Parts: sequence; C-alpha cells; structure tokens
Amino acid sequence: MPFNFDSYLGVHEPALHLQSRRAEVLASNLANVDTPGYKARDIDFKSALRMSDSGNIPLQSLQTTSANHMQPEEMAAGFELAYRNPYQSSLDGNTVEHQVELAAYSDNAMRYLASLRFINGKFNTLVTAIKGQ
Amino acid sequence: MSLFNVFDVAGSALQAQSIRLNTTSSNLANANSVSSDTGKTYRARQPVFSPMLKEFDEQGADVGVQVLGIVESNAPLRREHSPDHPMADAEGYIYLPNVNVVEEMANMISASRAYQTNVEVMNSAKQMLLRTISIGQ
Repeated sequence: MPFNFDSYLGVHEPALHLQSRRAEVLASNLANVDTPGYKARDIDFKSALRMSDSGNIPLQSLQTTSANHMQPEEMAAGFELAYRNPYQSSLDGNTVEHQVELAAYSDNAMRYLASLRFINGKFNTLVTAIKGQ
Repeated sequence: MSLFNVFDVAGSALQAQSIRLNTTSSNLANANSVSSDTGKTYRARQPVFSPMLKEFDEQGADVGVQVLGIVESNAPLRREHSPDHPMADAEGYIYLPNVNVVEEMANMISASRAYQTNVEVMNSAKQMLLRTISIGQ
C-alpha cells in the first residue's frame, strides 16, 4: 500500500496553510488600524477550507491566451477575501475595529498552534511506527 | 511561507506609528514656541497614512501601511496681545502655534496602543514560526 503524506496529514495541512494566510490578512488589518479609508478584510475560513480540502476549487480560472493575462486575485489564491462589516463605522472610512481584529488574530494563532500539535502527533506516530518500540 | 509577511506588515505599522509618535512629541514640545511673525510660527504636523497597495499580486493578502508625507495643520494660529513680551511685534502681538494639546495627547495614546498591538502581533507570529520549525521534534 503506497503511503501518501497528503492523506495521512488529513485536513490539518490545508488548515495550517489557510491559517497562516489568515494571520497575514488580520495582521494587515491591525497594521492599518489608523489608515483613513482602509477596509478591513478577512477570509471565510469554513468555505475556504472546504474549497482547498476537497481539492476542486469551484472558482474556475479564466481562460488566457497570453502569459501576461492576469487572474482575479481570489481565483489565483484559492480563497476569497471578504470585507468586514464594522459594528461601529468611523468617520474617516476606516472599518478596522481594533478589538475585533485582535480577538480574531489570537483566535487564529491558537488554531494554528492546535493544527501544528495535531501534525506533530501524526509525525510522532510515524516515528514510533518506524522505530517499532 | 506567508507568516514571514506578517513581520513585514507589522514592521511597516511600527515604522508608521513611530513617525506618528515623533510628530506628536515635536508638536507637544513646540506647543508654546512663541514667535513674532506668522510665517515663522511652528504649525502642528501630522503624518498621512496610506495602505501600501502593491501592483498586481496574485496572493494580495498582505497590506502594510506607509507614511505618504507629513502635513502642517491649516488651523489658525493663536494670536495674543502682550506688549511686554520680548518677542512681541510692532503692534504688541505674539503668535503661538496651532497645536491642540488635548488632540495631541489622544494621538499619542492611540499611536502607542497601535504600536503595542503590532509588537504583540509580531510576537505571536514568531511563536507560530518557532513551533512550525520544531515539527517532529
């Protein structure tokens, strides 16, 4: 039976990838907390994970006839960046809410560490199997 | 590895917020710099923040912040009649900067909080990366 790392690590590997992307998006929101007109963005984690886990990306890439043709960014990245609805909008058009973003960021970091722990456990299982003791 | 981009993004925010703290401190330091001429009076300075949008980038998730420039406030200068002041002009007026001390204090608190937040973001990203490189150990 051929051994496949992709299926062995299960959902955790794409989850880890998405969580690191989401950390980036949320860090951008926090960096632009005082930038006038900046709109906070986030990844819809559930649908993005379903997309990358099932392997068939429902967003079909556009047909191109030249290498210079561009793809919309969400199609290239495999996930969609959505804009956040602010609870309290601010006068300068900025929709970043410090407490919301910080909560989301630490939540995401915890989930990332949890996924890492699962992957670590999987590798430890393998090591035990290889050593046979 | 996109977690490294978190350092770039948070680093750009640290840079921007420290520029903001610098302008705030110079505004507060010069809040009472008297002059005898409107042209030579200190005016409050404020940095202009803008998102660092890149050219077409297929991932496009990381947006840092940049300081486009520093503008001087157009608020009217304070003019006081005090003929005994050594800096008074021929009509006995002195000119004071248009620095709003209360506004600057609020700015200072906001900038230092934002700075702290971004340091925390970097620390979390660092933890995540350190755990990642220790997979399987």
